Amino acid sequence: MATTPPQPASLPHSLRVNARIIGALLVREMLTRYGRHNIGFLWLFVEPMIFTIGVTILWTATKSVHGSDLPIVAFALTGYSSVLLWRNMPGRCINALWANLALMYHRNIKVLDIYAARLLLEFGGATISFVTLALILILSAWLEPPDDVLKVAGGWLILAWFGAALAVTLGALSHHSELVDKLWHPASYLIFPLSGAAFLVDALPKFAQEIVLWIPMVHGVEMVREGWFGDQARAHYDLGYVIPLSLALTVAALVMVRWTERRVVPE
Amino acid sequence: MIRVRDLRKTYPTRFGENLVLDGISFDLDRGERLGILGRNGAGKSTMVRLISGAERPTSGSIESSMSISWPLAFGGAFQHQLTGVDNIRFISTIYDQDFDTNLAFVEDFAELGPYLREPVRTYSSGMRARLAFAISMIIEFDCFLIDEIGAVGDARFHDRCNYELFEKRADRAMIIISHDAAYVRDHCNRWGVLHDGKLAQYDDFELAYADFKELIGWKPPPGWLELQVSTA
Repeated sequence: MATTPPQPASLPHSLRVNARIIGALLVREMLTRYGRHNIGFLWLFVEPMIFTIGVTILWTATKSVHGSDLPIVAFALTGYSSVLLWRNMPGRCINALWANLALMYHRNIKVLDIYAARLLLEFGGATISFVTLALILILSAWLEPPDDVLKVAGGWLILAWFGAALAVTLGALSHHSELVDKLWHPASYLIFPLSGAAFLVDALPKFAQEIVLWIPMVHGVEMVREGWFGDQARAHYDLGYVIPLSLALTVAALVMVRWTERRVVPE
Repeated sequence: MIRVRDLRKTYPTRFGENLVLDGISFDLDRGERLGILGRNGAGKSTMVRLISGAERPTSGSIESSMSISWPLAFGGAFQHQLTGVDNIRFISTIYDQDFDTNLAFVEDFAELGPYLREPVRTYSSGMRARLAFAISMIIEFDCFLIDEIGAVGDARFHDRCNYELFEKRADRAMIIISHDAAYVRDHCNRWGVLHDGKLAQYDDFELAYADFKELIGWKPPPGWLELQVSTA
């Protein structure tokens, strides 16, 4: 089908090609989004940091009820950083292909590469913001260091994985229907208070716990909190639910990308 | 060699499937330059996009043992917020080529001076055309797809483009789309007329052009014959 390249590419070779392409897209994306003015690409993580700091201040000022005796700064940092992770990745992937249609003329750029570059950028931005803020708060004694760094990282990666799979699925769907873009904004806004960022599952009544644990992001946030606060967090999460779900969503995402790739019409 | 067989392409529209290409078949070898004539909307650009690999056919096949360029249409595939240099760097990385060599070539060919380091959105259409063409020339392909290249630019630029394409790259295969019949006549050695989704092929430009004129309903304006006679 279509034009067949003359030489069969070996796996290490095509991985190198992929890394090169995604790298080039990443640089292009950063220059396009942040330019060379004022602090340039530092906005990548300064912007999410401002968000997180703002929310932390708000929650502290209103003494937000989160149903536990955990310090509110730590609670806001882990909670809101998680939101940035799962919410911004789909936000950036929706309509990403429309903005980059001209790139489809370069045959070694694939639809997935465009999403991958944006996902890496969002993941990088959210992660740098989270880590930097955490270090600053720990060094200034506002925050206790995490109980189990690996568990924090594990929860963070699960959130990122789910967010990425959701992002690619919605991104590919958005190429076929404007409804995705229209519905994602209210949906992400409504899921935010339910995502576990602003409460501890343990503080909810039993029936509410059962309901929110259907929401995949809750599991990631709870795991991050358990990693940070240890037993004090009394976390509720089930890797046996969230991992198969993310896996299934990843398969759906890849199928959608293939489907889109066959139908994309460059401008 | 490019081997195109039974190429079909339909697009979904609100009024049902629109059949644009209905079974196109041809072969193209190195040194062959195929000029395509056709009315607006005949599917010329669609055919070129399919051959470039940017888009998939509904059915049929395109096999190629040659590397094929992107369609060299002016004003094409760059990011307008980025500078000319950024775009050169991006293309160089995508195609795994040396950036410095490419930059030197584009600086020389496009004659954009300091504007090469300004965002592309500040360029005039002529400047964009020069940058686009120069960038297209930094990657060596076996087959070039050329979609309406004569549209922008001054005479000097046209001469330089023609030299790069038809003299330095005379050994390559090319598919050329243009509404400028003289351009297609002068630079091609095979011709095709695309109409109603079918491609009629000719070895003689005059035959192709006669059929094409009939298709577009071209009638000689009053006084045309006398003019022809008097200039002959």
